[in-house]
Amino acid sequence: MIAVSHLSTMLGDRTVLHDVSLAAHAGELVALCGPNGAGKSTLLRALAGLLPETVVPDPRRVAYLAQGARCAWGLTVEQVAGLGRIPHRDQAPGPVTNALLLCGIMGLRDARVDRISGGEARRAMLARTFATEPDVFLLDEPTADLDPAASHAIMRLLRATADAGRLVVVVLHAVDLAVRYAHRMVVLADGRIVADLPAAQALPAAAAAFGLKFGTDPEPRLLPPR
Amino acid sequence: MIRLLALLLAALAVLSLFIGDGTLALPDGLILTQIRLPRTLLGLLVGGGLGLSGAVLQGVLRNPLADPGLLGITGAAGLGAVIAFYWGFAAHFAPALPIGGLLGAGFGAAFLLAFAGRAPSSPSLILAGVAVSAIAAALLALALTLAPNPFALAEITFWLMGGLADRSLWQVALAAVPILFGMVILLRLGPSLDALSLGEDTARSLGVPVHRTLLLAAAGTAFAVGAGAAVAGAIGFIGLVVPHLLRPWFGERPGGLLPAAPMVGAALLLAADMLVRLGPLVLPLSAAPPVGVLTALLGAPFLVAIARRVAP
Repeated sequence: MIAVSHLSTMLGDRTVLHDVSLAAHAGELVALCGPNGAGKSTLLRALAGLLPETVVPDPRRVAYLAQGARCAWGLTVEQVAGLGRIPHRDQAPGPVTNALLLCGIMGLRDARVDRISGGEARRAMLARTFATEPDVFLLDEPTADLDPAASHAIMRLLRATADAGRLVVVVLHAVDLAVRYAHRMVVLADGRIVADLPAAQALPAAAAAFGLKFGTDPEPRLLPPR
Repeated sequence: MIRLLALLLAALAVLSLFIGDGTLALPDGLILTQIRLPRTLLGLLVGGGLGLSGAVLQGVLRNPLADPGLLGITGAAGLGAVIAFYWGFAAHFAPALPIGGLLGAGFGAAFLLAFAGRAPSSPSLILAGVAVSAIAAALLALALTLAPNPFALAEITFWLMGGLADRSLWQVALAAVPILFGMVILLRLGPSLDALSLGEDTARSLGVPVHRTLLLAAAGTAFAVGAGAAVAGAIGFIGLVVPHLLRPWFGERPGGLLPAAPMVGAALLLAADMLVRLGPLVLPLSAAPPVGVLTALLGAPFLVAIARRVAP
């Protein structure tokens, strides 16, 4: 389980989170949704203990994938995934190989991460969190830069991971993926949680937060504003 | 690979004992122990410290242009040493010279890493290093004009050129302690540097104490470079070049470069020092130039080449 309670935080002179409380439990896939600047990434960083007022949890138990994380050097895909073993202070090859297989990049294991596509690099970063074998995954836009097929594959993997008893919290822009795969959707707007519902019922609340229309014909979906 | 490097380094060190200032001959015992041995040992120590510091600074700053010389750390160390020398501390208390170098390097490194914490982009960091260098150079020039006697003037000039010649075993031993201590600190930073290659947030989430790592990198660099610069002067570009030479062989993982970096730094500086000693044999030179001249002449074009490659 991971939680923040009554958290308010400022970035410069702008309040990014207003008195936010959130608890999530093992076995859940929780999607954080909301418009740009709603505070999703800040809330995820708070859960990861990266804000000044928070403390980093046990790194063997909680893995964090940053938004737009890049590697400064041309490490190989396998080396990037291997960084996930740093909290355990070992070089165990089993978890690393397994992570590469899960993320579908086994064929790229010896490729330099600065010479593959953005989507492939993103999956290498995701594989790094799986190599840690944590109980809690905190993932900021794991499907950014991924093509639709790869996005669905990764979301299926995350759902299966949650169903196997881990906790997965993802920041997602793609509301359709959240509705389809998450157990629970937390909608943020202007630094406040405006809805916290089973994902299948959260579409109207998400529509309101995004300022979109909500259509039910022929099936529930988001439509552009009038 | 590491063993091969160790062999190469040992061969260079032995060879270095056989090369004199413009001569190629087996020396007698006194020259061997009083001149060539200190020179060789100093080359190994200073080159090793510079190579390792370069690899650590590039890793911790995530910047392929980082180098103790370019970032002004060597210059600050020189200023500290000259101040110790200028006010005569060094005349009364021999370790004052390396201690002055250490303090200067410590100030320079701490300023840079504090600056890097706020504005981590490459150009701003290099410019901050240029500012540190400029201040150190200006204060050095001031010390030069105010030099109390010609002896001090000559010593400061010698320092500016950076050389390994004419140092006693006692001076080498004085520099060896802090250099080796600094290298021990730096060699332990490998996993932290690896984690930092994914950015500070990710490194912290992996349990790496980022601020402590920056602090240790600054302190280790000050020890590994400061005392060496106080004794051997401003020898540039070794730290810049070494990591770039290693990456094609050892991969780009920053921690993977650390064990080999001191060896290659030492080998480079020894080789360069042997070249300048052989200079009078092939060129119309009356004496061997300081080795800092050669490393700068070879290193500066290398810097331009790297800058062209990393430019967006």
